Amino acid sequence: MVVQALKDQGVEVVFGYPGGAVLPIYDEIFLQNDIRHVLVRHEQGAVHAAEGYARSTGKPGVVLVTSGPGATNAVTGLTDALLDSIPIVVLTGQVPTFMIGSDAFQEADTVGITRSCTKHNWLVKDTDKLAATIHEGFHVAKSGRPGPVLIDIPKDVQFASGKYVEPQKIEVSHYQPQMKGDMAEIEELVDAIENAKKPIFYTGGGVINSGPAASQLLRELADATGFPVTSTLMGLGAYPASGKGWLGMLGMHGLYEANMAMHDCDLMINIGARFDDRITGRIDAFSPKSKKAHIDIDPSSINKVIRVDIPIVGDVAHVLEDILKVWKARGRKTNKEALAGWWKQIDGWKAIDCLKFEQKGKTIRPQYALKRLEELTKGHDRYVCTEVGQHQMWAAQYLGFEDPNRWMTSGGLGTMGYGVPASIGIQMAHPDALVINVAGEASWLMNMQEMGTAVQFRLPVKQFILNNERLGMVRQWQELLHGERYSHSWSEALPDFVKLADAFGCKGIRCDDPADLDDAIMEMLDYDGPVIFDCLVEKHENCFPMIPSGEPHNKMLLGEASTKDAIGSSGAVLV
Amino acid sequence: MAALQIKKGSTKHSAYNLRPTFSDTKERHTLAVKVDNEPGVLARVIGLFSGRGYNIESLTVAEVDHLGHHSRITIVTEGTPQVIEQIKAQLGRIVPVHEVHDLTVEGATVERELALVKVRGDGEKRVEALRLADIFRANAVDSTLESFVFEITGTPEKIDAFADLMRPLGLVEVARTGVAALSRGA
Repeated sequence: MVVQALKDQGVEVVFGYPGGAVLPIYDEIFLQNDIRHVLVRHEQGAVHAAEGYARSTGKPGVVLVTSGPGATNAVTGLTDALLDSIPIVVLTGQVPTFMIGSDAFQEADTVGITRSCTKHNWLVKDTDKLAATIHEGFHVAKSGRPGPVLIDIPKDVQFASGKYVEPQKIEVSHYQPQMKGDMAEIEELVDAIENAKKPIFYTGGGVINSGPAASQLLRELADATGFPVTSTLMGLGAYPASGKGWLGMLGMHGLYEANMAMHDCDLMINIGARFDDRITGRIDAFSPKSKKAHIDIDPSSINKVIRVDIPIVGDVAHVLEDILKVWKARGRKTNKEALAGWWKQIDGWKAIDCLKFEQKGKTIRPQYALKRLEELTKGHDRYVCTEVGQHQMWAAQYLGFEDPNRWMTSGGLGTMGYGVPASIGIQMAHPDALVINVAGEASWLMNMQEMGTAVQFRLPVKQFILNNERLGMVRQWQELLHGERYSHSWSEALPDFVKLADAFGCKGIRCDDPADLDDAIMEMLDYDGPVIFDCLVEKHENCFPMIPSGEPHNKMLLGEASTKDAIGSSGAVLV
Repeated sequence: MAALQIKKGSTKHSAYNLRPTFSDTKERHTLAVKVDNEPGVLARVIGLFSGRGYNIESLTVAEVDHLGHHSRITIVTEGTPQVIEQIKAQLGRIVPVHEVHDLTVEGATVERELALVKVRGDGEKRVEALRLADIFRANAVDSTLESFVFEITGTPEKIDAFADLMRPLGLVEVARTGVAALSRGA
């Protein structure tokens, strides 16, 4: 019944790990060929792989794990998906209903534990309700602001036979988030668009979650109005990096021009972003002169952190379509003269060239490694995911994304260990594409067991490890905030990554000389199979530009020289 | 690169100091939440309040529509207007929540709470307790030679007032149901 329900939901791949309480479902999987099952090496990996699958396809990722430890190991992935609004459906086994509450073997209160890290969860105690609950689970995961759901299925419910209901025949769920925006608010926003002197689009992951149409409409609106566009980490690719309005990412490690434009603008149009603290910096000095509009499908995101003037609750694609319609019908007006001045100001900030660096000497600088990676892979059908830390920020700064769903990273939760399993999920969805996990050596080690999965399923994922033998971001904060006392932020006793690759049965490449880098990257790209690329980089590189904690956007640090006394005592408590 | 000079003890500065408060004045609101009567729904609501640091002054819950499996949760909460708005929006996100009504802003409401109040005493105090109970239209639902249990219904303020008056007369304990509320009119 479970497998039938998954098939009817269009599921092609399930990431999972068997165990006592899910054996009946695994038996069903054995007896069919429509759904492929990817055996991971750890349940956390299953959830991140499903996230990678979901982010790169727009379809929900599906996970199947057992009770107790299987379910608790999934918790980090669920929280990650909740914070980044990724649709995943996790099926967990549970001890039989008559044993629930008896501290049975591998029993855990799964719905209790996961209540706060799922969008919704269910414990199914009646086989007749199983199919309808699974269908409802998919509906909830996909609708509105997407997110993870979990369905806990006791073993006796799996064994019993019950009535199967097809997805079309279940009762219509009362959970139907609002899609269309309020027309009066949209008219008001169009007024603001027509008159703005210094406008900016601030886009987020909501544009990508809304689907390809939303990205298309964003491009149309941005290019037709000639307004600049910046994006959060989660929203990269919604507007192309080569687009004429593109300013680059904003936020703590965002580009100078993007943050300055946010600070000085007079109209901020937030599309599917949530004023995260990595974006806003100091809130009472956040973009003080602007009128703010906020388009979000989740009413609780509006006025949560920043008070906005024009709140529009609705799906990004629907709202953008209406904005375009109204704006066009009213004669496609913008304040062209003021806009030209605004762009001149922006070009001045751009001229600072905040990402510039010099590759000198015999040590590879991480920025250089990513710049070369970008050059050599730009034309490929490419998907990039990352781990968490300095390398993640450098990847966001130095790699360009032309399309949505091409960039997968753990934004809200910042989960080290996300990248390796995510790359597996992405490659499962796109077998012929180039999938690169840009990693730091410390993050990479957290879920490196999944290389076994990559080898088993012949997934040619490229693990591009920027190895500085440090927890680089931790080290950077210790340098800035804790008197250069580097408490436990170096990686001692690292494995030999080339030998490790050999042990896994994949290819290992090491590069420590800038002169060899291009050839080494080409070797990685040419190899038909998984590669672990150990790129030894400068050990004390810091990630710039940076907005110090507790400071507003216009107080950016551009490089080493500007860091003295940059973070005040009240900023020090912020992470 | 030079290290930053951070004074010792700087962590006493809270991150919240950096947040602008939309308005400082705290308001008391009564929310009526219609939910599916399913296992865990109350835990979801309570978990939301504890997880996000909101206050619960009182909370009542009971099934009100047996056929439709709907329960009504009445929550009295306190917070700044921005926090109240957040609470309503966050409640609305919970999947089994159907409707969230802010009775405090949606017009006039009737609020009632029931309390059982145990008073122990003798002589004059005992007579005085009975006299006050009469004024408050509280009924004695249990009586011994040295104690009464009064049943009183009314607004939370009325019950507070009654309990305060009973304190010098030998108040032993109070059990309250929390507020049930409905909007006035059709």
